[in-house]
Amino acid sequence: MDVTLRVWRQPDSASEGGFVTYEANGVSADASFFEMLDMVNEELNDRGEEPIAFDSDCREGICGTCGVMIDGHPHGPQRGTATCQLHMRKFKDGDTIVIEPWRAEAFTVVRDLVVDRSPFDKIIQAGGYISVNVGAAPDAHDTLVPRPAAEASMDAASCIGCAACVAACPNGAANLFTAAKIAHLGLLPQGQPERYLRTVAMVETMEDYFGSCRNYGECETACPKSISIDVIAWMNRDYVAAQWKNFRKQGQQV
Amino acid sequence: MTTEHNARVLDAKIPDGPIQEKWDKYRFDTKLVNPSNRRKYDIIVVGTGLAGAGAAATLGEQGYNVKAFTYNDSSRRAHSIGAQGGINAAKNYPNDNDSIFRLFYDTVKGGDYRSREANVYRLAQVSNEIIDQTVAQGAPYAREYGGLLDNRSFGGAQVSRTFYARGQTGQQLLLTAYQALARQVAAGSVELFTRTEMLDVVLKDGRAVGIVTRDLITGEIESHSAHAVVLATGGYSNVYFLSTNAMNCNGTAIWRAYRKGALFASPSFTQIHPTCIPVGDEFQSKLVLMSESLRNDGRIWVPAKAGDDRPPKDIPEDERDYYLERMYPAFGNLVPRDVASRAAMRMVQAGHGVGPLKNGVYLDFADAIGRLGRKTIEDRYGNLFEMYERITDENPYEVPMRIYPAPHYTMGGLWVDYNLETTIPGLFAAGEANFSDHGANRLGASALMQGLADGYFVLPATISSYLANWLNVPPVPTDDEVFVETEQELKERIDKFLSINGTHTVDYFHRKLGKVMIDECGMSRSREGLEKALEEIAEIKRDFWSDLRVLGTAESLNQSLERAGRVADFLELGELMVRDALDREESCGGHFRVEHVTEEGEAKRDDENFAFVSAWEWTGEDSPPIRHKEPLEFEYVPLSQRSYK
Amino acid sequence: MTTTTRRLDVNRRSGWRSWLGPFFTSDIGMKWMMALTGIGLVAYVLVHMIGNMKIYLGAEDLDHYAEALRTLLYPIVPETGVLWMFRFGLLAMFIIHMWSAIVLALRNRRARGKIRYTAKRQYLAANYANRTMLWGGVIIFLFLVYHIADLTLGLTNPDFVAGEVYNNVITSFQIWWVALIYIVAQIALAFHIYHGAWSVFQSLGLSNPRYDEWRRWLAVVFALALLIGNSSIPIAVQFGLLQVSG
Repeated sequence: MDVTLRVWRQPDSASEGGFVTYEANGVSADASFFEMLDMVNEELNDRGEEPIAFDSDCREGICGTCGVMIDGHPHGPQRGTATCQLHMRKFKDGDTIVIEPWRAEAFTVVRDLVVDRSPFDKIIQAGGYISVNVGAAPDAHDTLVPRPAAEASMDAASCIGCAACVAACPNGAANLFTAAKIAHLGLLPQGQPERYLRTVAMVETMEDYFGSCRNYGECETACPKSISIDVIAWMNRDYVAAQWKNFRKQGQQV
Repeated sequence: MTTEHNARVLDAKIPDGPIQEKWDKYRFDTKLVNPSNRRKYDIIVVGTGLAGAGAAATLGEQGYNVKAFTYNDSSRRAHSIGAQGGINAAKNYPNDNDSIFRLFYDTVKGGDYRSREANVYRLAQVSNEIIDQTVAQGAPYAREYGGLLDNRSFGGAQVSRTFYARGQTGQQLLLTAYQALARQVAAGSVELFTRTEMLDVVLKDGRAVGIVTRDLITGEIESHSAHAVVLATGGYSNVYFLSTNAMNCNGTAIWRAYRKGALFASPSFTQIHPTCIPVGDEFQSKLVLMSESLRNDGRIWVPAKAGDDRPPKDIPEDERDYYLERMYPAFGNLVPRDVASRAAMRMVQAGHGVGPLKNGVYLDFADAIGRLGRKTIEDRYGNLFEMYERITDENPYEVPMRIYPAPHYTMGGLWVDYNLETTIPGLFAAGEANFSDHGANRLGASALMQGLADGYFVLPATISSYLANWLNVPPVPTDDEVFVETEQELKERIDKFLSINGTHTVDYFHRKLGKVMIDECGMSRSREGLEKALEEIAEIKRDFWSDLRVLGTAESLNQSLERAGRVADFLELGELMVRDALDREESCGGHFRVEHVTEEGEAKRDDENFAFVSAWEWTGEDSPPIRHKEPLEFEYVPLSQRSYK
Repeated sequence: MTTTTRRLDVNRRSGWRSWLGPFFTSDIGMKWMMALTGIGLVAYVLVHMIGNMKIYLGAEDLDHYAEALRTLLYPIVPETGVLWMFRFGLLAMFIIHMWSAIVLALRNRRARGKIRYTAKRQYLAANYANRTMLWGGVIIFLFLVYHIADLTLGLTNPDFVAGEVYNNVITSFQIWWVALIYIVAQIALAFHIYHGAWSVFQSLGLSNPRYDEWRRWLAVVFALALLIGNSSIPIAVQFGLLQVSG
């Protein structure tokens, strides 16, 4: 199949960017989207033009390195699929495909389709962990985790940190990412001692960089792991609950 | 080719005493650094996968100053994240006669008796602590309804000892390590350098004193010094171009260490994973793994008649060959990976291959769906089935999956002693980057175990024995001539890549190398093929250095330039793999030499002549490497022909 | 790697602003305030609508009801005391609701960044009601100004007589474009509440798989009830079903 690409090219974060049009001819429908871009890059290199820079690593939809806006869809038209798992059979011969980097004030375009998502790391560093030094852990079976809670926690924990949620959000909000981590840890018994401190720290760091949630639900549809916006609701309640907590009394059983 | 007279016998510094007591004894005997002195030490950790992030976080917790490096945009991206099936531990929760000793025994046997007993025993010992640690850190493992942890089975074992988090165990464990690391970054004990690639290790007076890196965004070449350097940079399966590794996985860090004098052990021991999606086209960029856990419920078969190209549903039961169940009744579909891979290869070579390119075998879930219901199968493997469908456009609930082996893991790596220290003092290697624990074949769900064992428990305990010698000695300043010289060499190397201005892309050469490697040094190897490969690699290398075209500049994000450096190193590493494969005149584990087979066509080890670890020493561009030996003694797991019948 | 990211607003939890507490300094807190005031306003609108239905019982009933509101709890509190309390309460809720909306909208505008996507965004979840919350709110605000001027103060209605609520409504609604304004405003309000009633559970963190399914239905029923109830009056007047009384 033949497709026309309109790709965002930008030499570095300080320079202006713009769209450049490329033709990708003779693409197999079984090729992945990035394999198609690889082909285009080979041709560009042969022609003496610098290849298109894009992030991609595992190419099996789990590392979260990749992600571009394809025709106005984060990660492309297939639901629950990261860009690296998108295949050309989802497009038609003769299509024009617009490829853009994630856009948000917090994300700087580093080059072409590559963006700096380091604010995500900042949010995790603010409290997205359970503080337990290596060697200090109790026996694994000291803590029982009800299966539905473990499953819900796993649903949230499957976030790959690709930032499609931010890219999809008309407000450039990172609530789904932040809430997924808060839910992952907060739903488990192990996560309880730090729960409210964690929620406050992570939410406030998130708000330093990103917009706010308007309950659009676009993030959920863009998420390659289809994480539900229910986690955002839990975060909203946890955050406000934390403001009322007397932390000194947290050890009390209700 | 080996210059025998220069070859040394290596001392692995294994503590004395019964195997059960070695690790405790070691930890008592070893030199310590007291908590208030730890802040005087700088430690560099390269790589932030399970081993790297685990080590960096743990050393940070202990009070050392750590600098952690990753070429990814975040430390959460390391390819440990790709591991699907699970992590082994000897908890014996299912009450099926498991024990530390059995995990140790299975791992040594599964590794076809080419690993070091003391290391493997230690690995089995800490396996249980890993489960405790990761549970406490919030890894959402699968649970029973009673709230207890669930287990499943993996290849090479007759017990259920694999803990898992759906098909995303690696992801969940990496995220816990990433979070532990994030906690230390926030605490200020770890300084994290993202999008920063290590290009070389720096030595002064024979010991490792730092590294030189390139900032992948600005192109800046920078030196970092420390008292010790830990390489946790993963494996080198990408030498095959097509592998299950991530696109950016590379062997540069360990290869540069090798060129600086660290010995490289068992380079030819590579694992070809039996359950991957077969290659579809020539433009394919990567192979995708389907977790080994699928072999718990899936049955592997091919048409009994060669060349049968009826659709699978039209082939009646009695015309199917469930060859693993037929050949290995005791373990059936759960034989170790090397055995399963070779069996698939033989089936395809004999013309029983399925799929459009006749390059796969079926992994069929019809029976399991009939027995357990679709819902149960969906719960267990839903995400894997979805992934399969996205890639192949076939629905595995209705049509059997097609699978074929693909390069996946490298058992070889930098030679390390019991301390995980390489032959360069102060340079340590952890996780897949070292060679130590899996012998000639790694069992499923053992990579996560080893990565975390090294990172969380072993390395943080052993590194003090080296550091204690350097109390109150400041690190070598980065303006020292050893750093300046290395920086200069690296800049010249980068300029060289940019100035060749030939006609082909980096990937062009990488693909060519990969083809040679998979054909001649992949699942089966022959003297003739390996010798041919040596010539071919030399030719590709010549072409590479004269006909490569890398555009752009060194002062910006330049992905072709990054790859050029990695592929240049793969070309040399591939050659060493071939040399090692040639040198090892036996078949063992993943190393299968067609000249050395039993009457039934299975791998035939030669324990008399090859019960040792080959550790190769770099001697220069134009002289062949020297092979040193670490003899292997098997006191607790008697040497025997592996049998999975 | 050199970090190049920009922070939006790092100071808002420090200095004098921290005095305002989490509900005014954090986005989530402000969403809570929007949700809580939204609930209050909707409750008012509902009570108002039920009261409006008295128009179908005739002039006497409606005028008496209006008078009762003015003398609620009299003589325990001064005449119109409760009414004014309600008015101030409503005003406060209104201000908080709008102020939060405006502050968040401005922030979100910045968070989205200067460069927008070139390809048209293909919204999958965000529906019309959702995306027009802000403009819907503006329409409702403008309508309220008109509504107070029209039926409370009588500024736009030459036939206005204080206290004769029934006749005032009908003389107003007999003008076709006034009726239209009211109907359009009710449609805007219905959209606003359709999203708001669902969204409020999300903002307050009250989502629960047990009743999540009912949230949509609740929003639909609520929005439709208000739309039908309130719009029925100008429609009835236009069709001559309600006439000015003696």
